[in-house]
Amino acid sequence: MPTIYIEGRPYETKEGQNLLHVCLSLGFNIPYFCWHPAMGSVGACRLCAVKLFKDEKDQTGKIVMACLTPAVDGTRISIEDPEVMRFRAQMIELLMTNHPHDCPVCDEGGECHLQDMTTMTGHTRRRFRFKKRTYRNQDLGPFIRHEMNRCIHCYRCVRFYNEYAGGLDLAAFGAHSHVYFGRQADGPLESEFSGNLVEICPTGVFTDKTSSRHFTRKWDLQTAPSICVHCGLGCNTFPAERGGKLRRIRNRYNADVNGYFICDRGRYGYLFVNHQRRIRRPLLKSFADNADNFEAQPVSNDSILKRLADLFDAGTAMIGIGSPRASLESNFALRTLVGPQNFYLGMSDQEYELIGLAIDMHRNGPARSPSLRDLELADAMLILGEDITNTAPMLALSLRHWLRRRQTAEEIRLGIPYWNDAAIGEIVHEEPSPLYVATTHATKLDAAAAAFVRAAPDQLAQLGFAVAHALSAQAPPIADLTAELHPLVEEIADKLKHATRPIIISGTSPGSAAVMQAAANVAWALCAGGKPSEMCLVVPECNSLGLRLLGGRPLSEAFEALKNGHNETAIVLENDLYRRAPSAVIDRFLNECRHLIVLDHLPNATALRAEAVLPAATFAESSGTLVNNEGRLQRFYQVFVPGSDIQPSWMWLRDMLTLSRRPEGKKWQHLEDVLAAMAEAQPDFTIAPRIAPPEGFRMAGMKIPRQSFRYSGRTAIESNISIHEPKPPTDPLTPLCFSMEGFEGQPPPSLITNYWAPGWNSVQSLNRFQEEVGGPLRGGDPGRRLFEFQVCEKIPYFTHVPAHFELPQEQWLVVAVHHIFGSEELSLLAAGIAQRAPEPYLGLNDRDIAQLGLEEGALVGFMRHAAAYQLPVRRMPGLPHGIAGLPAGLPATLGLQPPFRVQLSPGHKDPAG
Amino acid sequence: MELPMTGSFRSDGQPLSLKEYEAAGGYQALRKMLRSLTPDEVIQIVKDAKLCGRGGAGFSTGRKWSFMPRGEQVPTVKYLVCNADEMEPGTFKDRFLMEGSPHQLIEGIAVASYAIEAETAYIFLRASYRKAAARLANAIGEAYAHNYLGKNILDSHMNLEIYLHTSAGRYICGEASAMLNSLEGRRPIPRHKPPHMSTEGFFGKPTVVNNAETLFSVPPILVHGPQWYLGLGRTAEGGTKIYSVSGKVNNPGVWELPIGITIREVVEQYAGGMRSGVKLRAVIPGGASSGFVFEKELDTPLDIASLAKVGSRLGTGTLIILDDQTCPVGMVYNLQKFYAHESCGWCTPCREGLPWVVELLREIEAGCAEKEDLELLPELIQIMAPGHTFCDLASGAMESLASALRHFRNDFEQHLVRQQCPWS
Repeated sequence: MPTIYIEGRPYETKEGQNLLHVCLSLGFNIPYFCWHPAMGSVGACRLCAVKLFKDEKDQTGKIVMACLTPAVDGTRISIEDPEVMRFRAQMIELLMTNHPHDCPVCDEGGECHLQDMTTMTGHTRRRFRFKKRTYRNQDLGPFIRHEMNRCIHCYRCVRFYNEYAGGLDLAAFGAHSHVYFGRQADGPLESEFSGNLVEICPTGVFTDKTSSRHFTRKWDLQTAPSICVHCGLGCNTFPAERGGKLRRIRNRYNADVNGYFICDRGRYGYLFVNHQRRIRRPLLKSFADNADNFEAQPVSNDSILKRLADLFDAGTAMIGIGSPRASLESNFALRTLVGPQNFYLGMSDQEYELIGLAIDMHRNGPARSPSLRDLELADAMLILGEDITNTAPMLALSLRHWLRRRQTAEEIRLGIPYWNDAAIGEIVHEEPSPLYVATTHATKLDAAAAAFVRAAPDQLAQLGFAVAHALSAQAPPIADLTAELHPLVEEIADKLKHATRPIIISGTSPGSAAVMQAAANVAWALCAGGKPSEMCLVVPECNSLGLRLLGGRPLSEAFEALKNGHNETAIVLENDLYRRAPSAVIDRFLNECRHLIVLDHLPNATALRAEAVLPAATFAESSGTLVNNEGRLQRFYQVFVPGSDIQPSWMWLRDMLTLSRRPEGKKWQHLEDVLAAMAEAQPDFTIAPRIAPPEGFRMAGMKIPRQSFRYSGRTAIESNISIHEPKPPTDPLTPLCFSMEGFEGQPPPSLITNYWAPGWNSVQSLNRFQEEVGGPLRGGDPGRRLFEFQVCEKIPYFTHVPAHFELPQEQWLVVAVHHIFGSEELSLLAAGIAQRAPEPYLGLNDRDIAQLGLEEGALVGFMRHAAAYQLPVRRMPGLPHGIAGLPAGLPATLGLQPPFRVQLSPGHKDPAG
Repeated sequence: MELPMTGSFRSDGQPLSLKEYEAAGGYQALRKMLRSLTPDEVIQIVKDAKLCGRGGAGFSTGRKWSFMPRGEQVPTVKYLVCNADEMEPGTFKDRFLMEGSPHQLIEGIAVASYAIEAETAYIFLRASYRKAAARLANAIGEAYAHNYLGKNILDSHMNLEIYLHTSAGRYICGEASAMLNSLEGRRPIPRHKPPHMSTEGFFGKPTVVNNAETLFSVPPILVHGPQWYLGLGRTAEGGTKIYSVSGKVNNPGVWELPIGITIREVVEQYAGGMRSGVKLRAVIPGGASSGFVFEKELDTPLDIASLAKVGSRLGTGTLIILDDQTCPVGMVYNLQKFYAHESCGWCTPCREGLPWVVELLREIEAGCAEKEDLELLPELIQIMAPGHTFCDLASGAMESLASALRHFRNDFEQHLVRQQCPWS
């Protein structure tokens, strides 16, 4: 372990690091701008200057940049040397010559890294008396506000956007003191990760446009640790609230999951929580008037509970339909209420099968389920069937990070450490990319791959099976693989075989069990060969895996159960059933259902049919546990009290248990009680009650505050409603409190409510919560994995190989095309996301469009589930012949459930409209 | 006097054709080299001749070539790039050479490429040198036609492709690593070293970058030998160089002269002395990034070591004369405006410091400055000292300003006292 000397005192440090990393990790305050723990050092801003001395006798020393100076044994530096302190202050002064006096009106104020660094260097008085340079701002779309006058030219934005996230439409223009960061023309930023610019930018050039619409200073916000609910990855977030409205989502660091970044769907989808159509009061339809057009009336809690009590007392047979976007607690509460044999999983039958398959593969196979951080240790990757940029966006960002930052042979040969981003950018890699992409349509990662192929799901599966067989004779062979794919099979197998740590990515998105099984065979064949191969499986929703693990019957059996008249009442938990099956099937089901009780946040097609609707709390208004695609149990905490009659679903269900005179009604006081019951019923969840400290946990006898100690105006917020000063609400369920009073140190990582440290008001204060900058949180990153690596005596290869794929002449195979903006239910309710979401279309390649005698924009028609559909054609040159692409999850085409085969014909405008 | 670079130049301003160049002894170096010299031997000859880079840095050319990995077992492509992005204020020597004898540059490039075992070479030429571009393009065509370029040059095993790249041109491309970025189609921001371009250069391959005048000097050295070349100089540094004079002299121009010729000789004998009515006040000998020298130093030899001794630099060897009727503040203001505009914008002190310097000088020159403004200048100079910035553009810029503040302090103060430029 090298020893370095700071102000003459010795410190032991880690091998192979730079001085800035080492000093920040030791707790020293060295200012910086262009360095970023995830992006490394480039030495542009010159702010991290320290004095370097040759030896003990050297009194003068020379100024060097800490970010680019390796911390080798014997290094002697001074941070407080007067000359270098003056130099750092002068750097700030130079930046201030052009920086506008925007602080009072700038969104960044109060959590601004420039403010922090200015204070840290001690610069105060302006000596520059000339004009500042100004710029014209651009409209960058619904998510980002642009204010270029504030720019300090740290180049972080373009480094993140181009080099890390692979975006193409943001660049540095111009030169000298007029460098401009923007697009070639006004327009929405195209990268799915553009929102990270608001946290990357150390000043207020890029700010959150959705948040500025209901702007609140950081110190006035109430925050709690939470989990994103918009895809299956479970990125950690900090939602922030004030006055009963969610104001924004910020990244919450988890070294194993999302690290420093989140995607735009997760950052900007939160507005559904504030939606004006939120169900805030229980709604009840009068029994006698249960006609189609009758609107449910808002009623009091007591009324609805009385109605439910009547139902239960009448002994009505009940079924419960759970939700892959609701917490484990809520799902388990429903299952307890209706009984396991009457609990159905509210996912399509296809998902039921595929997610079950994913769980079996994690459980029974030798390939480990990797975290996003584990991906960065890979040296070869195969993606089979998933457009991860749209189905699991942060997985794509991790992959891009891996491509840029993995240590290559050249870097080792040249002695370039991973943190020297300036040098890494200059190295031209000789080796081809270690990534292969095999999907049904073009994806953004194709350009980063050594080779990519597009084919129908069964062909992709055949490709995978063939690769697996090439890796291990034990895996079943493919007899009739398309000839063109043979060379690729050899190339991929060869690459994976020679890798030390190959990773396979697949998932449920193509809707094909064969594709997933093929991926498993590949990963397992590699394991059989002695490689610690890992397999990452994408699942659609934030608790898809959790719900499926909890267990229940498939949805189609629920339809059967009602048809046979065995049950009269259905309780639907946070689910729009029209997303799960063809609309005709759901219509029939809901017609046959005598009493439909729905718990949800917003009206949807299912809720509109309900006799009783209970206002369910969203992720920000309740606490609970979710399981992500990796199999990681994570806790999310309530951010604010929703007011009116909104309650977490599990509490509504507890009320129903009470009404049914079940003991759980009384026993379930805390989340831990529910989780304990769940752990008992389902041993998979034994650790669930222990993934975070229990309700009674205190630090120095105090709860942990959700508000900063500068939180202002609490008693005035509702003074327009009542002048009486309300008491702060209590939180009986968690160790957190809805107050600014409480423990002011650093709690265990799962309970951190915000980042702040003395002198560090911005997101950079995260440095103080990590064991070392860029590393795990002090105390360990939150969340616990359910599946771990296991040794398999005999590898359970899948042997059912799909037949050679062929389509009759006039038939097309319609596959799902996922969109980060549009395919997910809740985020689509946010205005900015809806703006970026596509209109319904059917994608075809140019040859197929010509074959049908159509052109882009013309209507194409087909029949499905006895209904006629017409959709405008969209050119998708990346689709194979005979494959059509249907955007997944859009409200207009929900019931279609790809993949399916159809005949296509030119549509026609119906003159009747 | 022997003039190995310009001795055969035509007097009508037209370039030497291939035939004329051959008649004057051109492509003899190439022939000799292919016949009887190994790359290592070529490098030793150039080392022995003590040829130093003419782009301003003055690094030993032979040593630079020797850093390149060479030999049978080196599997990689290598590049030679000629930096003809001449933009140092006061400098027009490379243009003079390229317009006069484009073939000599081509031959120099061929020798250098052979020495470092590169089979591809680029000429990075600023696009505003249109005449040079046209003449070079033509000469390259002629050279290919006569098998001086291409495959199996003169029936040997040597292959060489030369590409002429005319760039958008920015001063920062004079910095070799920034130039490589520009040649690759990226922003011309200097590169961090390590890795050095002898390992990771153009598109990641080992690369040597030489100034045009440096390459121009190479063929005669090979033909006549290092001792001959050393003998051409007045001092131990040997050889000849293009010197030029601009300012209020009778005969501003460019001349090939022995290295070590004194400033006085160049100014009085070749530039014809000062025009009537003006006297020489100071000289910047090496282009704008060097310090002033004065009357008592006019007998300093114009070579690297001698000028360093008097606190200046040889740089590009292009003399800018300050006369006693011209405001020195105005002169440095003009120079600093150039530097501020040419900053690439990457690092803070250069990007933000140079414009502030310009504003201060503008105020001083216009007679609107305060005392504090003058006191800020030394502080800004110190901020932009070598090592504080990412490259040496800013510290180079500060050389003439620091020198001016040291030697023309009174002129600066007169602007403050009189509230106007004393020469206006």
